Amino acid sequence: MPQLSPELERRLTAAVDRMPAFPKSVQTILTMTRDSNCLPKQLVGVIEKDPVMTLRILRVINSAYYALPNKIGSVGQAVVYLGLNTIKNLALACAAAGVLPRFHTDFFDSQQYLLHSLSVASLARLLCEKHARSEADPGDCYVAGLLHDFGKVVFAHTMAAEFTLALGIAAQKGKPLHLAEQEVIGADHAFVGALLAQKWQFSEALVACIRDHHAADVAPQAMLDCLRMADAICRQRGFGAAGNPWREEELAELPARFATATEAVVADLGDLNKHLAEAQTFAQIGVGEGG
Amino acid sequence: MKVKMWGVRGSIPSPGPRTVRYGGNTTCIEVRSDADHLIILDAGTGIFPLAQSLLARLPVEANIFITHTHWDHIQGLPFFVPLHIPGNIVRIHGAFDLITQQGVEHVMNVQLQYSYFPIREAELKANVEYLTLTVGKPVRVGDATVTPILMNHPVINFGYRIECNGKSLFFTGDHEPWRNIYAPEESGWAEYQAMIEQRQAELEAAIGPVDLLIVDSAYTAAEYPKKIGWGHGTFDTGLELARRTGARRLLCTHHEPTRSDDELERVFAEALTRQTVAGCEVMLAYEGLEITL
Repeated sequence: MPQLSPELERRLTAAVDRMPAFPKSVQTILTMTRDSNCLPKQLVGVIEKDPVMTLRILRVINSAYYALPNKIGSVGQAVVYLGLNTIKNLALACAAAGVLPRFHTDFFDSQQYLLHSLSVASLARLLCEKHARSEADPGDCYVAGLLHDFGKVVFAHTMAAEFTLALGIAAQKGKPLHLAEQEVIGADHAFVGALLAQKWQFSEALVACIRDHHAADVAPQAMLDCLRMADAICRQRGFGAAGNPWREEELAELPARFATATEAVVADLGDLNKHLAEAQTFAQIGVGEGG
Repeated sequence: MKVKMWGVRGSIPSPGPRTVRYGGNTTCIEVRSDADHLIILDAGTGIFPLAQSLLARLPVEANIFITHTHWDHIQGLPFFVPLHIPGNIVRIHGAFDLITQQGVEHVMNVQLQYSYFPIREAELKANVEYLTLTVGKPVRVGDATVTPILMNHPVINFGYRIECNGKSLFFTGDHEPWRNIYAPEESGWAEYQAMIEQRQAELEAAIGPVDLLIVDSAYTAAEYPKKIGWGHGTFDTGLELARRTGARRLLCTHHEPTRSDDELERVFAEALTRQTVAGCEVMLAYEGLEITL
Protein backbone atom coordinates (compact mmCIF):
# COMPACT_ATOMS: atom_id res chain seq x y z
CA MET A 1 0.00 0.00 0.00
CA PRO A 2 1.70 3.26 -1.06
CA GLN A 3 1.67 6.33 1.16
CA LEU A 4 -0.84 8.63 -0.48
CA SER A 5 -1.23 12.32 0.14
CA PRO A 6 -4.76 13.29 1.29
CA GLU A 7 -5.19 15.13 -2.01
CA LEU A 8 -4.21 12.06 -4.10
CA GLU A 9 -6.36 9.79 -1.99
CA ARG A 10 -9.34 12.11 -2.57
CA ARG A 11 -8.67 12.17 -6.33
CA LEU A 12 -8.34 8.41 -6.63
CA THR A 13 -11.46 7.77 -4.58
CA ALA A 14 -13.38 10.25 -6.73
CA ALA A 15 -12.02 8.61 -9.89
CA VAL A 16 -13.13 5.15 -8.76
CA ASP A 17 -16.53 6.52 -7.73
CA ARG A 18 -17.09 7.90 -11.21
CA MET A 19 -16.63 4.46 -12.79
CA PRO A 20 -19.81 2.62 -13.76
CA ALA A 21 -21.12 -0.29 -11.73
CA PHE A 22 -19.90 -3.76 -12.70
CA PRO A 23 -22.73 -5.23 -14.74
CA LYS A 24 -24.68 -7.60 -12.54
CA SER A 25 -25.59 -9.73 -15.55
CA VAL A 26 -21.93 -10.32 -16.33
CA GLN A 27 -21.15 -11.44 -12.82
CA THR A 28 -24.20 -13.70 -12.82
CA ILE A 29 -23.27 -15.30 -16.14
CA LEU A 30 -19.68 -15.89 -15.06
CA THR A 31 -20.99 -17.61 -11.93
CA MET A 32 -23.71 -19.60 -13.70
CA THR A 33 -21.45 -20.91 -16.43
CA ARG A 34 -19.18 -22.55 -13.87
CA ASP A 35 -21.95 -25.10 -13.46
CA SER A 36 -22.54 -27.36 -16.44
CA ASN A 37 -26.02 -28.06 -15.09
CA CYS A 38 -27.19 -24.46 -15.02
CA LEU A 39 -30.82 -24.30 -16.06
CA PRO A 40 -31.36 -23.05 -19.63
CA LYS A 41 -34.25 -20.81 -18.64
CA GLN A 42 -32.15 -19.10 -15.98
CA LEU A 43 -29.35 -18.37 -18.44
CA VAL A 44 -31.81 -17.12 -21.04
CA GLY A 45 -33.43 -14.95 -18.36
CA VAL A 46 -30.15 -13.29 -17.40
CA ILE A 47 -29.08 -12.66 -21.00
CA GLU A 48 -32.49 -11.28 -22.00
CA LYS A 49 -32.35 -8.70 -19.26
CA ASP A 50 -29.11 -7.28 -20.66
CA PRO A 51 -30.00 -5.57 -23.94
CA VAL A 52 -26.40 -4.95 -25.00
CA MET A 53 -25.42 -8.58 -24.56
CA THR A 54 -28.59 -9.75 -26.31
CA LEU A 55 -27.84 -7.47 -29.23
CA ARG A 56 -24.27 -8.75 -29.50
CA ILE A 57 -25.28 -12.40 -29.43
CA LEU A 58 -28.00 -11.96 -32.00
CA ARG A 59 -25.68 -9.97 -34.24
CA VAL A 60 -23.09 -12.75 -34.23
CA ILE A 61 -25.66 -15.44 -34.90
CA ASN A 62 -27.42 -13.58 -37.67
CA SER A 63 -24.20 -12.37 -39.27
CA ALA A 64 -23.11 -15.60 -40.52
CA TYR A 65 -22.53 -19.04 -41.23
CA TYR A 66 -25.54 -21.23 -40.89
CA ALA A 67 -27.76 -19.22 -43.24
CA LEU A 68 -30.70 -19.85 -40.96
CA PRO A 69 -34.08 -19.65 -42.67
CA ASN A 70 -35.43 -17.00 -40.32
CA LYS A 71 -33.65 -14.13 -38.63
CA ILE A 72 -33.05 -15.04 -34.99
CA GLY A 73 -34.86 -12.40 -32.95
CA SER A 74 -34.67 -13.57 -29.35
CA VAL A 75 -32.29 -15.35 -27.03
CA GLY A 76 -34.79 -18.20 -26.61
CA GLN A 77 -34.93 -18.63 -30.36
CA ALA A 78 -31.13 -18.64 -30.47
CA VAL A 79 -31.11 -21.49 -27.94
CA VAL A 80 -33.65 -23.45 -30.00
CA TYR A 81 -31.57 -23.08 -33.17
CA LEU A 82 -28.00 -23.36 -31.95
CA GLY A 83 -28.28 -25.11 -28.61
CA LEU A 84 -27.59 -24.01 -25.08
CA ASN A 85 -23.83 -24.57 -25.04
CA THR A 86 -23.20 -22.37 -28.06
CA ILE A 87 -25.28 -19.59 -26.56
CA LYS A 88 -23.57 -20.09 -23.20
CA ASN A 89 -20.18 -19.73 -24.87
CA LEU A 90 -21.26 -16.64 -26.77
CA ALA A 91 -22.72 -15.09 -23.62
CA LEU A 92 -19.46 -15.71 -21.84
CA ALA A 93 -17.59 -14.07 -24.70
CA CYS A 94 -19.87 -11.07 -24.73
CA ALA A 95 -19.80 -10.82 -20.96
CA ALA A 96 -16.03 -10.82 -20.99
CA ALA A 97 -15.75 -8.22 -23.70
CA GLY A 98 -18.64 -6.17 -22.38
CA VAL A 99 -16.99 -5.07 -19.16
CA LEU A 100 -14.09 -3.48 -20.99
CA PRO A 101 -14.95 0.05 -22.12
CA ARG A 102 -13.34 1.59 -25.16
CA PHE A 103 -10.84 4.40 -24.88
CA HIS A 104 -7.89 5.56 -26.85
CA THR A 105 -4.71 7.61 -26.42
CA ASP A 106 -1.61 7.97 -28.55
CA PHE A 107 0.12 5.21 -26.59
CA PHE A 108 -2.92 3.11 -25.88
CA ASP A 109 -5.04 1.16 -28.31
CA SER A 110 -8.27 -0.07 -26.74
CA GLN A 111 -8.54 -2.97 -29.16
CA GLN A 112 -5.06 -4.16 -28.18
CA TYR A 113 -5.91 -3.65 -24.52
CA LEU A 114 -8.99 -5.82 -24.95
CA LEU A 115 -6.96 -8.51 -26.68
CA HIS A 116 -4.30 -8.39 -23.95
CA SER A 117 -6.89 -8.71 -21.17
CA LEU A 118 -8.67 -11.59 -22.87
CA SER A 119 -5.38 -13.38 -23.65
CA VAL A 120 -4.17 -13.06 -20.06
CA ALA A 121 -7.58 -14.26 -18.86
CA SER A 122 -7.46 -17.29 -21.11
CA LEU A 123 -3.88 -18.25 -20.17
CA ALA A 124 -4.45 -17.64 -16.45
CA ARG A 125 -7.35 -20.06 -16.56
CA LEU A 126 -5.25 -22.60 -18.47
CA LEU A 127 -2.32 -22.28 -16.05
CA CYS A 128 -4.68 -22.74 -13.12
CA GLU A 129 -6.17 -25.87 -14.68
CA LYS A 130 -2.69 -27.33 -15.15
CA HIS A 131 -0.85 -26.16 -12.06
CA ALA A 132 -3.23 -24.98 -9.36
CA ARG A 133 -6.50 -26.82 -9.84
CA SER A 134 -6.85 -27.75 -6.19
CA GLU A 135 -6.01 -24.30 -4.88
CA ALA A 136 -7.92 -21.89 -7.08
CA ASP A 137 -10.92 -21.81 -9.37
CA PRO A 138 -9.95 -21.52 -13.05
CA GLY A 139 -13.01 -19.29 -13.57
CA ASP A 140 -11.77 -16.88 -10.91
CA CYS A 141 -8.37 -16.83 -12.60
CA TYR A 142 -10.09 -15.94 -15.87
CA VAL A 143 -11.79 -12.96 -14.22
CA ALA A 144 -8.53 -11.93 -12.56
CA GLY A 145 -6.84 -11.92 -15.96
CA LEU A 146 -9.70 -10.06 -17.55
CA LEU A 147 -9.69 -7.26 -14.99
CA HIS A 148 -6.09 -7.13 -13.75
CA ASP A 149 -5.30 -3.96 -15.70
CA PHE A 150 -8.64 -2.25 -15.13
CA GLY A 151 -6.88 0.48 -13.14
CA LYS A 152 -5.59 1.73 -16.49
CA VAL A 153 -9.18 2.23 -17.58
CA VAL A 154 -9.80 4.31 -14.45
CA PHE A 155 -6.74 6.44 -15.24
CA ALA A 156 -7.70 6.83 -18.89
CA HIS A 157 -11.17 8.00 -17.96
CA THR A 158 -10.37 10.29 -15.07
CA MET A 159 -6.71 11.38 -15.34
CA ALA A 160 -6.16 11.20 -19.06
CA ALA A 161 -3.35 13.80 -19.23
CA GLU A 162 -1.24 12.28 -16.46
CA PHE A 163 -1.85 8.73 -17.69
CA THR A 164 -0.80 9.74 -21.20
CA LEU A 165 2.38 11.23 -19.74
CA ALA A 166 3.11 8.00 -17.85
CA LEU A 167 2.46 5.94 -20.99
CA GLY A 168 4.85 8.22 -22.88
CA ILE A 169 7.61 7.83 -20.29
CA ALA A 170 7.15 4.06 -20.27
CA ALA A 171 7.23 3.91 -24.06
CA GLN A 172 10.24 6.19 -24.49
CA LYS A 173 12.38 4.83 -21.65
CA GLY A 174 11.23 1.21 -21.83
CA LYS A 175 10.27 1.49 -18.20
CA PRO A 176 7.64 -0.68 -16.49
CA LEU A 177 4.38 1.25 -16.77
CA HIS A 178 3.45 0.84 -13.11
CA LEU A 179 6.70 2.60 -12.11
CA ALA A 180 6.01 5.41 -14.57
CA GLU A 181 2.50 5.77 -13.12
CA GLN A 182 3.88 5.93 -9.59
CA GLU A 183 6.31 8.62 -10.74
CA VAL A 184 3.70 10.76 -12.51
CA ILE A 185 0.47 10.08 -10.61
CA GLY A 186 1.72 8.79 -7.27
CA ALA A 187 -0.08 5.47 -7.49
CA ASP A 188 -0.19 2.73 -10.09
CA HIS A 189 -2.95 0.97 -12.03
CA ALA A 190 -2.73 -2.12 -9.83
CA PHE A 191 -3.57 -0.07 -6.75
CA VAL A 192 -6.42 1.81 -8.41
CA GLY A 193 -7.74 -1.35 -10.04
CA ALA A 194 -7.91 -2.94 -6.59
CA LEU A 195 -9.85 0.05 -5.27
CA LEU A 196 -12.37 -0.41 -8.07
CA ALA A 197 -12.57 -4.17 -7.49
CA GLN A 198 -13.30 -3.38 -3.85
CA LYS A 199 -16.05 -0.99 -4.86
CA TRP A 200 -17.48 -3.73 -7.05
CA GLN A 201 -17.41 -5.99 -3.99
CA PHE A 202 -15.24 -8.66 -5.57
CA SER A 203 -13.78 -11.30 -3.31
CA GLU A 204 -10.84 -10.33 -1.13
CA ALA A 205 -8.64 -12.81 -3.02
CA LEU A 206 -9.46 -11.18 -6.35
CA VAL A 207 -8.89 -7.67 -4.99
CA ALA A 208 -5.52 -8.73 -3.59
CA CYS A 209 -4.61 -10.40 -6.86
CA ILE A 210 -5.26 -7.23 -8.86
CA ARG A 211 -3.44 -5.10 -6.26
CA ASP A 212 -0.34 -7.31 -6.16
CA HIS A 213 0.14 -8.28 -9.76
CA HIS A 214 3.26 -6.13 -10.11
CA ALA A 215 4.48 -6.48 -6.50
CA ALA A 216 7.69 -8.48 -6.35
CA ASP A 217 7.67 -9.16 -2.61
CA VAL A 218 4.31 -10.86 -2.17
CA ALA A 219 4.14 -14.47 -1.02
CA PRO A 220 3.18 -17.02 -3.74
CA GLN A 221 -0.52 -17.60 -4.02
CA ALA A 222 -2.25 -19.76 -6.62
CA MET A 223 -4.42 -17.19 -8.41
CA LEU A 224 -1.72 -14.50 -8.30
CA ASP A 225 0.94 -16.90 -9.60
CA CYS A 226 -1.24 -17.89 -12.55
CA LEU A 227 -2.11 -14.28 -13.33
CA ARG A 228 1.49 -13.07 -13.23
CA MET A 229 2.74 -15.92 -15.34
CA ALA A 230 -0.03 -15.36 -17.88
CA ASP A 231 0.65 -11.61 -17.95
CA ALA A 232 4.38 -12.17 -18.47
CA ILE A 233 3.80 -14.70 -21.27
CA CYS A 234 1.36 -12.37 -23.04
CA ARG A 235 3.77 -9.42 -22.82
CA GLN A 236 6.74 -11.49 -23.97
CA ARG A 237 4.80 -12.87 -26.92
CA GLY A 238 3.04 -9.63 -27.79
CA PHE A 239 -0.47 -11.00 -27.34
CA GLY A 240 -2.30 -7.70 -27.39
CA ALA A 241 -0.79 -4.68 -25.66
CA ALA A 242 -1.85 -2.64 -22.67
CA GLY A 243 0.58 0.27 -22.78
CA ASN A 244 3.41 -1.50 -20.98
CA PRO A 245 6.58 -1.85 -23.05
CA TRP A 246 8.37 -3.75 -20.32
CA ARG A 247 9.40 -7.30 -21.18
CA GLU A 248 10.98 -9.29 -18.40
CA GLU A 249 13.01 -12.19 -19.74
CA GLU A 250 11.92 -14.31 -16.82
CA LEU A 251 9.71 -13.61 -13.84
CA ALA A 252 12.01 -12.39 -11.04
CA GLU A 253 11.08 -15.32 -8.86
CA LEU A 254 9.27 -18.06 -10.64
CA PRO A 255 6.58 -19.43 -8.30
CA ALA A 256 7.59 -22.89 -7.14
CA ARG A 257 4.42 -24.50 -8.51
CA PHE A 258 5.66 -24.03 -12.06
CA ALA A 259 8.93 -25.81 -11.20
CA THR A 260 10.62 -25.06 -14.50
CA ALA A 261 11.56 -22.04 -16.58
CA THR A 262 8.90 -19.96 -18.32
CA GLU A 263 9.76 -21.46 -21.69
CA ALA A 264 9.12 -24.97 -20.40
CA VAL A 265 5.81 -23.90 -18.86
CA VAL A 266 4.81 -22.36 -22.18
CA ALA A 267 5.86 -25.46 -24.10
CA ASP A 268 3.77 -27.59 -21.75
CA LEU A 269 0.69 -25.49 -22.53
CA GLY A 270 0.75 -26.70 -26.14
CA ASP A 271 -0.15 -24.51 -29.07
CA LEU A 272 -0.96 -21.13 -27.55
CA ASN A 273 -2.37 -19.84 -30.81
CA LYS A 274 -5.39 -22.08 -30.36
CA HIS A 275 -6.19 -20.39 -27.06
CA LEU A 276 -5.47 -16.95 -28.42
CA ALA A 277 -7.74 -17.47 -31.40
CA GLU A 278 -10.60 -17.58 -28.94
CA ALA A 279 -9.42 -14.32 -27.32
CA GLN A 280 -9.28 -12.75 -30.76
CA THR A 281 -12.81 -13.87 -31.54
CA PHE A 282 -14.11 -12.51 -28.26
CA ALA A 283 -12.23 -9.24 -28.75
CA GLN A 284 -13.95 -8.82 -32.10
CA ILE A 285 -17.36 -9.43 -30.57
CA GLY A 286 -16.64 -6.67 -28.06
CA VAL A 287 -15.81 -4.05 -30.64
CA GLY A 288 -18.26 -1.53 -31.96
CA GLU A 289 -20.76 -1.37 -29.14
CA GLY A 290 -19.00 1.17 -26.98
CA GLY A 291 -19.17 -1.15 -23.97
CA MET B 1 -27.74 -46.67 -52.83
CA LYS B 2 -26.02 -49.09 -50.48
CA VAL B 3 -25.64 -48.41 -46.77
CA LYS B 4 -23.31 -50.26 -44.41
CA MET B 5 -23.05 -49.70 -40.66
CA TRP B 6 -19.45 -49.79 -39.37
CA GLY B 7 -20.02 -48.30 -35.90
CA VAL B 8 -23.27 -48.12 -33.95
CA ARG B 9 -22.26 -47.37 -30.34
CA GLY B 10 -22.59 -43.98 -28.71
CA SER B 11 -20.16 -42.07 -26.52
CA ILE B 12 -17.21 -44.48 -26.27
CA PRO B 13 -15.99 -47.66 -27.99
CA SER B 14 -17.33 -50.63 -26.05
CA PRO B 15 -15.75 -53.88 -27.21
CA GLY B 16 -16.17 -57.06 -25.20
CA PRO B 17 -18.29 -60.18 -24.82
CA ARG B 18 -21.45 -58.17 -24.00
CA THR B 19 -21.39 -56.26 -27.30
CA VAL B 20 -20.33 -58.92 -29.80
CA ARG B 21 -23.60 -59.09 -31.76
CA TYR B 22 -24.22 -55.38 -32.25
CA GLY B 23 -20.60 -54.23 -32.08
CA GLY B 24 -18.56 -51.86 -29.97
CA ASN B 25 -17.31 -49.25 -32.43
CA THR B 26 -18.61 -45.68 -32.40
CA THR B 27 -20.56 -44.05 -35.21
CA CYS B 28 -19.52 -44.58 -38.81
CA ILE B 29 -21.81 -45.25 -41.78
CA GLU B 30 -20.70 -46.02 -45.33
CA VAL B 31 -23.01 -44.93 -48.12
CA ARG B 32 -22.33 -45.92 -51.75
CA SER B 33 -24.21 -44.07 -54.46
CA ASP B 34 -25.55 -46.02 -57.42
CA ALA B 35 -22.46 -44.97 -59.39
CA ASP B 36 -20.28 -46.12 -56.45
CA HIS B 37 -19.30 -42.71 -55.08
CA LEU B 38 -18.21 -43.06 -51.46
CA ILE B 39 -19.91 -41.04 -48.73
CA ILE B 40 -18.95 -41.65 -45.11
CA LEU B 41 -21.16 -40.33 -42.31
CA ASP B 42 -19.05 -39.64 -39.22
CA ALA B 43 -15.61 -40.85 -38.29
CA GLY B 44 -16.09 -42.75 -35.06
CA THR B 45 -13.88 -45.77 -34.46
CA GLY B 46 -15.93 -47.73 -37.00
CA ILE B 47 -14.09 -45.86 -39.71
CA PHE B 48 -10.97 -47.97 -39.05
CA PRO B 49 -12.41 -51.32 -40.27
CA LEU B 50 -14.08 -49.38 -43.10
CA ALA B 51 -10.65 -48.01 -44.07
CA GLN B 52 -9.22 -51.54 -44.10
CA SER B 53 -11.93 -52.60 -46.54
CA LEU B 54 -10.92 -49.80 -48.91
CA LEU B 55 -7.25 -50.70 -49.19
CA ALA B 56 -7.82 -53.32 -51.87
CA ARG B 57 -9.32 -50.66 -54.15
CA LEU B 58 -6.85 -47.78 -54.23
CA PRO B 59 -6.88 -44.96 -55.04
CA VAL B 60 -9.74 -43.91 -52.79
CA GLU B 61 -11.94 -40.86 -53.27
CA ALA B 62 -13.87 -40.40 -50.03
CA ASN B 63 -16.33 -37.76 -48.89
CA ILE B 64 -16.54 -37.76 -45.11
CA PHE B 65 -19.44 -35.81 -43.61
CA ILE B 66 -19.00 -35.03 -39.91
CA THR B 67 -22.27 -34.53 -38.03
CA HIS B 68 -20.52 -32.87 -35.09
CA THR B 69 -17.17 -32.80 -33.38
CA HIS B 70 -17.75 -34.79 -30.20
CA TRP B 71 -15.10 -37.48 -29.74
CA ASP B 72 -17.24 -40.50 -30.58
CA HIS B 73 -17.88 -39.04 -34.05
CA ILE B 74 -14.32 -38.01 -34.95
CA GLN B 75 -12.06 -40.30 -32.95
CA GLY B 76 -11.36 -42.64 -35.84
CA LEU B 77 -10.49 -39.90 -38.30
CA PRO B 78 -6.69 -40.04 -37.81
CA PHE B 79 -6.94 -43.81 -38.39
CA PHE B 80 -8.64 -43.46 -41.74
CA VAL B 81 -5.70 -45.10 -43.48
CA PRO B 82 -6.34 -43.60 -46.97
CA LEU B 83 -5.31 -40.24 -45.45
CA HIS B 84 -1.77 -41.58 -45.20
CA ILE B 85 -1.45 -42.91 -48.74
CA PRO B 86 -0.49 -40.67 -51.68
CA GLY B 87 -2.94 -40.48 -54.55
CA ASN B 88 -6.09 -40.66 -52.46
CA ILE B 89 -8.58 -37.80 -52.24
CA VAL B 90 -10.33 -37.23 -48.92
CA ARG B 91 -12.89 -34.44 -48.61
CA ILE B 92 -13.99 -33.65 -45.08
CA HIS B 93 -17.30 -31.80 -44.78
CA GLY B 94 -18.77 -30.24 -41.64
CA ALA B 95 -20.06 -27.22 -39.80
CA PHE B 96 -18.61 -23.82 -38.99
CA ASP B 97 -17.92 -23.40 -35.27
CA LEU B 98 -19.27 -20.07 -34.08
CA ILE B 99 -17.10 -20.04 -30.98
CA THR B 100 -13.71 -20.81 -32.47
CA GLN B 101 -14.71 -19.04 -35.70
CA GLN B 102 -13.24 -21.89 -37.68
CA GLY B 103 -14.55 -24.28 -40.26
CA VAL B 104 -14.34 -28.06 -40.30
CA GLU B 105 -10.53 -27.99 -40.72
CA HIS B 106 -10.49 -27.31 -36.99
CA VAL B 107 -11.30 -31.01 -36.40
CA MET B 108 -8.04 -32.23 -37.87
CA ASN B 109 -5.97 -29.38 -36.46
CA VAL B 110 -7.07 -30.28 -32.96
CA GLN B 111 -6.54 -34.03 -33.30
CA LEU B 112 -3.33 -34.13 -35.29
CA GLN B 113 -0.85 -32.68 -32.84
CA TYR B 114 2.22 -34.57 -31.70
CA SER B 115 0.79 -34.64 -28.15
CA TYR B 116 -2.12 -36.77 -29.35
CA PHE B 117 -1.02 -38.41 -32.58
CA PRO B 118 2.38 -39.04 -34.16
CA ILE B 119 1.49 -37.47 -37.50
CA ARG B 120 0.65 -33.81 -38.05
CA GLU B 121 -2.00 -32.59 -40.43
CA ALA B 122 0.71 -31.20 -42.69
CA GLU B 123 2.27 -34.67 -42.95
CA LEU B 124 -0.81 -36.40 -44.37
CA LYS B 125 -0.06 -37.96 -47.74
CA ALA B 126 -3.51 -37.89 -49.33
CA ASN B 127 -4.97 -34.85 -51.00
CA VAL B 128 -7.18 -33.57 -48.16
CA GLU B 129 -9.85 -30.94 -48.73
CA TYR B 130 -12.05 -29.28 -46.12
CA LEU B 131 -15.51 -28.08 -47.05
CA THR B 132 -17.51 -26.06 -44.56
CA LEU B 133 -21.22 -26.57 -45.16
CA THR B 134 -24.20 -24.25 -45.05
CA VAL B 135 -27.49 -25.36 -43.51
CA GLY B 136 -29.96 -26.53 -46.13
CA LYS B 137 -27.55 -26.16 -49.04
CA PRO B 138 -27.08 -29.46 -50.89
CA VAL B 139 -23.62 -30.72 -51.82
CA ARG B 140 -23.21 -32.85 -54.93
CA VAL B 141 -21.21 -36.09 -54.59
CA GLY B 142 -21.21 -37.79 -57.95
CA ASP B 143 -24.75 -38.93 -58.64
CA ALA B 144 -25.87 -38.22 -55.03
CA THR B 145 -26.67 -35.04 -53.11
CA VAL B 146 -26.08 -34.51 -49.40
CA THR B 147 -28.02 -31.80 -47.55
CA PRO B 148 -27.04 -30.69 -44.02
CA ILE B 149 -29.87 -29.95 -41.57
CA LEU B 150 -29.37 -28.30 -38.17
CA MET B 151 -30.31 -30.64 -35.30
CA ASN B 152 -30.44 -30.23 -31.51
CA HIS B 153 -27.34 -31.19 -29.52
CA PRO B 154 -25.06 -29.40 -27.04
CA VAL B 155 -22.78 -28.55 -29.96
CA ILE B 156 -23.66 -27.67 -33.57
CA ASN B 157 -24.82 -30.95 -35.13
CA PHE B 158 -25.83 -31.55 -38.73
CA GLY B 159 -28.23 -34.28 -39.74
CA TYR B 160 -27.66 -35.36 -43.36
CA ARG B 161 -30.22 -36.16 -46.02
CA ILE B 162 -28.79 -38.14 -48.93
CA GLU B 163 -30.62 -38.56 -52.22
CA CYS B 164 -29.65 -40.66 -55.21
CA ASN B 165 -31.81 -41.49 -58.22
CA GLY B 166 -35.09 -41.15 -56.34
CA LYS B 167 -33.97 -43.00 -53.21
CA SER B 168 -33.32 -41.17 -49.94
CA LEU B 169 -31.98 -41.58 -46.44
CA PHE B 170 -31.60 -39.30 -43.45
CA PHE B 171 -29.14 -39.67 -40.58
CA THR B 172 -29.77 -37.51 -37.51
CA GLY B 173 -26.31 -37.64 -35.99
CA ASP B 174 -26.86 -36.94 -32.28
CA HIS B 175 -30.24 -35.36 -31.71
CA GLU B 176 -32.53 -34.70 -28.78
CA PRO B 177 -36.03 -33.57 -29.61
CA TRP B 178 -36.54 -29.96 -28.53
CA ARG B 179 -38.05 -29.50 -25.13
CA ASN B 180 -39.68 -26.49 -23.52
CA ILE B 181 -37.31 -24.97 -20.96
CA TYR B 182 -40.27 -23.39 -19.15
CA ALA B 183 -43.02 -25.06 -17.15
CA PRO B 184 -46.58 -24.66 -18.53
CA GLU B 185 -47.49 -22.18 -15.80
CA GLU B 186 -44.51 -19.90 -16.54
CA SER B 187 -44.89 -16.85 -18.77
CA GLY B 188 -42.29 -17.94 -21.32
CA TRP B 189 -43.92 -21.32 -21.99
CA ALA B 190 -46.28 -20.43 -24.85
CA GLU B 191 -43.73 -18.47 -26.88
CA TYR B 192 -41.06 -21.13 -26.45
CA GLN B 193 -43.53 -23.87 -27.32
CA ALA B 194 -44.38 -22.06 -30.56
CA MET B 195 -40.68 -21.86 -31.46
CA ILE B 196 -40.18 -25.56 -30.77
CA GLU B 197 -43.19 -26.55 -32.84
CA GLN B 198 -41.93 -24.43 -35.72
CA ARG B 199 -38.48 -26.05 -35.50
CA GLN B 200 -39.99 -29.53 -35.33
CA ALA B 201 -42.11 -28.80 -38.40
CA GLU B 202 -39.05 -27.44 -40.26
CA LEU B 203 -37.09 -30.57 -39.39
CA GLU B 204 -39.81 -32.96 -40.48
CA ALA B 205 -40.25 -31.07 -43.75
CA ALA B 206 -36.49 -31.24 -44.36
CA ILE B 207 -36.32 -34.99 -43.63
CA GLY B 208 -39.36 -35.87 -45.70
CA PRO B 209 -40.63 -39.43 -46.21
CA VAL B 210 -37.28 -41.17 -46.67
CA ASP B 211 -36.58 -44.78 -47.60
CA LEU B 212 -34.27 -45.11 -44.60
CA LEU B 213 -34.23 -43.05 -41.40
CA ILE B 214 -31.25 -43.61 -39.10
CA VAL B 215 -31.80 -42.05 -35.67
CA ASP B 216 -29.97 -41.52 -32.42
CA SER B 217 -31.99 -43.55 -29.92
CA ALA B 218 -29.52 -43.88 -27.09
CA TYR B 219 -31.94 -44.13 -24.19
CA THR B 220 -35.16 -45.72 -23.09
CA ALA B 221 -38.10 -43.52 -22.17
CA ALA B 222 -37.53 -44.51 -18.53
CA GLU B 223 -33.87 -43.51 -18.61
CA TYR B 224 -34.46 -40.20 -20.36
CA PRO B 225 -35.53 -38.00 -17.39
CA LYS B 226 -32.01 -38.35 -15.99
CA LYS B 227 -30.44 -37.49 -19.37
CA ILE B 228 -32.37 -34.37 -20.30
CA GLY B 229 -30.14 -31.88 -22.08
CA TRP B 230 -27.47 -34.47 -22.98
CA GLY B 231 -28.53 -34.22 -26.58
CA HIS B 232 -29.83 -37.72 -27.35
CA GLY B 233 -33.14 -39.30 -28.26
CA THR B 234 -34.97 -42.41 -27.12
CA PHE B 235 -36.40 -45.41 -28.97
CA ASP B 236 -39.80 -43.80 -28.51
CA THR B 237 -38.80 -40.42 -29.99
CA GLY B 238 -37.13 -42.25 -32.90
CA LEU B 239 -40.31 -44.20 -33.61
CA GLU B 240 -42.32 -40.99 -33.30
CA LEU B 241 -40.07 -39.23 -35.83
CA ALA B 242 -40.40 -42.13 -38.28
CA ARG B 243 -44.20 -42.07 -37.93
CA ARG B 244 -44.45 -38.30 -38.41
CA THR B 245 -42.18 -38.20 -41.45
CA GLY B 246 -43.54 -41.35 -43.10
CA ALA B 247 -40.20 -43.20 -43.17
CA ARG B 248 -40.26 -46.58 -44.87
CA ARG B 249 -37.54 -48.08 -42.71
CA LEU B 250 -36.16 -47.00 -39.31
CA LEU B 251 -32.73 -47.91 -38.01
CA CYS B 252 -32.08 -47.19 -34.34
CA THR B 253 -28.44 -46.46 -33.52
CA HIS B 254 -26.04 -44.76 -31.06
CA HIS B 255 -26.55 -47.60 -28.60
CA GLU B 256 -25.83 -46.81 -24.98
CA PRO B 257 -22.27 -48.10 -24.34
CA THR B 258 -23.06 -49.83 -21.05
CA ARG B 259 -25.97 -51.78 -22.53
CA SER B 260 -25.28 -55.42 -23.40
CA ASP B 261 -26.67 -57.00 -26.57
CA ASP B 262 -29.32 -58.84 -24.56
CA GLU B 263 -30.38 -55.70 -22.72
CA LEU B 264 -30.46 -53.78 -25.98
CA GLU B 265 -32.85 -56.29 -27.52
CA ARG B 266 -35.00 -56.30 -24.39
CA VAL B 267 -35.46 -52.50 -24.16
CA PHE B 268 -36.00 -52.26 -27.93
CA ALA B 269 -38.76 -54.89 -27.75
CA GLU B 270 -40.31 -53.00 -24.85
CA ALA B 271 -40.40 -49.79 -26.84
CA LEU B 272 -42.10 -51.62 -29.70
CA THR B 273 -44.88 -52.73 -27.37
CA ARG B 274 -45.68 -49.05 -26.75
CA GLN B 275 -45.82 -47.90 -30.34
CA THR B 276 -45.38 -49.27 -33.83
CA VAL B 277 -45.15 -47.38 -37.10
CA ALA B 278 -47.50 -48.52 -39.83
CA GLY B 279 -45.73 -49.35 -43.08
CA CYS B 280 -42.28 -48.92 -41.55
CA GLU B 281 -39.76 -51.67 -40.91
CA VAL B 282 -37.99 -50.96 -37.61
CA MET B 283 -34.62 -52.44 -36.66
CA LEU B 284 -31.64 -52.06 -34.39
CA ALA B 285 -28.42 -51.08 -36.14
CA TYR B 286 -25.55 -53.54 -35.85
CA GLU B 287 -22.00 -53.55 -37.14
CA GLY B 288 -21.85 -55.06 -40.60
CA LEU B 289 -25.52 -54.46 -41.40
CA GLU B 290 -25.95 -53.73 -45.11
CA ILE B 291 -29.06 -52.23 -46.64
CA THR B 292 -29.70 -51.62 -50.32
CA LEU B 293 -32.15 -48.85 -51.22
